Amino acid sequence: MASSLETAENRGDLRRVVIDPVSRVEGHGKVTLLLDEAGHVREARLHIVEFRGFEVFIQGRPYWEVPVMVQRLCGICPVSHHLAASKALDHVVGAAAITPTAKKLRRLMHYGQILQSHALHFFHLSSPDLLFGFESEVGRRNVVGVAETYPEVARQGVMLRRFGQEVIRATAGKRIHGTGSVPGGMNRHLAAEDRDALRADIGQVIEWSRAAVELVKRLHRSNPGLYDQFGAFRANMMSLVRDDGAMDLYDGALRFRDGDGDILLDGIPDAMYRSVIREQVKPWSYMKFPYLQQLGPDDGWYRVGPLARVQNCDFIPSPLAEAERREFIDHGNGSPVHATLAYHWARMIEMLHAAEVLRDLLDDGDLLAGSLLAGGERRLEGIGIIEAPRGTLIHHYEVGDDDLVTMCNLIVSTTHNNQAMNTAVREVARRYLDGRELTEGLLNHIEVAIRAYDPCLSCATHALGKMPLALELIEADGSVAGRLVRD
Amino acid sequence: MTDKAPLPKLRVATTSLAGCFGCHMSFLDIDEHLFELVQIVEFDRSPLTDIKHCGPCDIGLIEGGVCNAENVHVLREFRANCKTLIAVGACAINGGLPAQRNHLDLGDCLQQVYVGRDGIEGGRVPDDPELPLLLDKVHPIHEIVRVDYFIPGCPPSGPVIWKFLTDLIGGRTPRLSHPLLRFD
Repeated sequence: MASSLETAENRGDLRRVVIDPVSRVEGHGKVTLLLDEAGHVREARLHIVEFRGFEVFIQGRPYWEVPVMVQRLCGICPVSHHLAASKALDHVVGAAAITPTAKKLRRLMHYGQILQSHALHFFHLSSPDLLFGFESEVGRRNVVGVAETYPEVARQGVMLRRFGQEVIRATAGKRIHGTGSVPGGMNRHLAAEDRDALRADIGQVIEWSRAAVELVKRLHRSNPGLYDQFGAFRANMMSLVRDDGAMDLYDGALRFRDGDGDILLDGIPDAMYRSVIREQVKPWSYMKFPYLQQLGPDDGWYRVGPLARVQNCDFIPSPLAEAERREFIDHGNGSPVHATLAYHWARMIEMLHAAEVLRDLLDDGDLLAGSLLAGGERRLEGIGIIEAPRGTLIHHYEVGDDDLVTMCNLIVSTTHNNQAMNTAVREVARRYLDGRELTEGLLNHIEVAIRAYDPCLSCATHALGKMPLALELIEADGSVAGRLVRD
Repeated sequence: MTDKAPLPKLRVATTSLAGCFGCHMSFLDIDEHLFELVQIVEFDRSPLTDIKHCGPCDIGLIEGGVCNAENVHVLREFRANCKTLIAVGACAINGGLPAQRNHLDLGDCLQQVYVGRDGIEGGRVPDDPELPLLLDKVHPIHEIVRVDYFIPGCPPSGPVIWKFLTDLIGGRTPRLSHPLLRFD
């Protein structure tokens, strides 16, 4: 059982091997392995080593600043935080139902982000492992290597990402950390010239997205043993699902399935998340370990993100992606697909879906006109949940009568996947590294497993850390700039 | 006509300290220019490569401020290895949004987040030796090492980064015209 590799006995006697930093992911993390004399892996952990403190310093700020501030949690998926905070604060301003125009503009922005983030992850960060092999030469294993060897693949990745970023710019004014969504709605329409420019390119974007799904399927067919078994383990799944069972990345209610694919919980409204999800803290990571309360911390952890979403929904509401989803489901022969590398396949299906949604939205005249803001009875609490590129993202705020935030709780996508990533690390360590001389290429297997989850470790490090001891930091000119402190 | 050997590529390293990777995303927002860039530069340590430690480089780009011992170590390694060091974006220049925590008491924050929140089981503050020592304040990078250039913005846009790099690589003093010089 891989989970037994979480904590070894006699830790002091074991040899430590470290992967630091985990590269080609967003944010800061490292992996430590403890090995015995025979090279057997006795412990394997993914540590999240960065601390930032958003949950605390948001408190005391006026609520209307929050959707802009929290974007700085992440430069890859700022829109997710922008929108999750806005959705939560819609409740605070009494606008639980925003206007159709505002909702469509938010969806446009969000699906643009899904497209750009999925393209970035697959083409810029993960594809070198899959195209060249996990043990290929380090210097080549990056997007530059892909551009040299597979120029058309690299170009499509860059252009897909560019399109998604342009959708964000058109709706938020800036590609990264823009302003568009506000509590109660949106602050601008889409300009007709932006709409026209995006419409001119969307057909090509859909074709490239289809090609990306084909590329992943080709990779699976080329080595089914690897793709079906690498880092495979049974896990529960969680995502938002629309009330008719459709995949919906902007809105919906929580659904949980177990590892056999049976529904455990369904239709949990966002406001009820606290009644089903709890979090565990472990001393060796700043990232918490969420779990489904009714199953407890040992059995209740779950996966989120594309692999969960594609299997948790009943259908994808766009034809090309739905056809691909069915092929994916068939691949499981009646059981859920639990292989870690299948995340890439599911992610590209979602990218295709995002392109289809964008195409349909760009034909909708509501984007260019109509009421942008709604309001209602002022409230003191708001919870907003969205399906970010990496999975379910929860923002929860309490706001005082003076409009200042009094409480902020965030459970970000990568945090939901914390136990799943640790389990993947242990599965891969046990299967590929155990008892062997550890080379860079073998260690990269661990990173390949982590990368499949598309972790966003900046997002996941919104909390603050503990200071281990006192140490002075001396400036370049010799003066004391600060201290490191341990209680 | 003479056969000239191609010029050796410039070596560029990038890293993120206490930042959000938004500046790296803006770097990728140079879009197709990326393919031009890789004709003239090679990447050393970067979140885009698997090189874990920075070697001798011509240009180092740093995103994010300094919030823990690991950041200090990485920053000094960059300074020691990079001929030209560039602070990219608000966090590297003045600490940015993460520096909002500078007026808070860390002990209180930790208690709130890891012990005091609803829905926490077995709350305790993480304290494993594998977690790097945390600074009591978030610092801009120029307080720790000498910095050659600063590119403002949260983040600076792709066109800004492209203009700056092409000026620098072309041997010109980088100049950002007024429309490019933004701080938001």
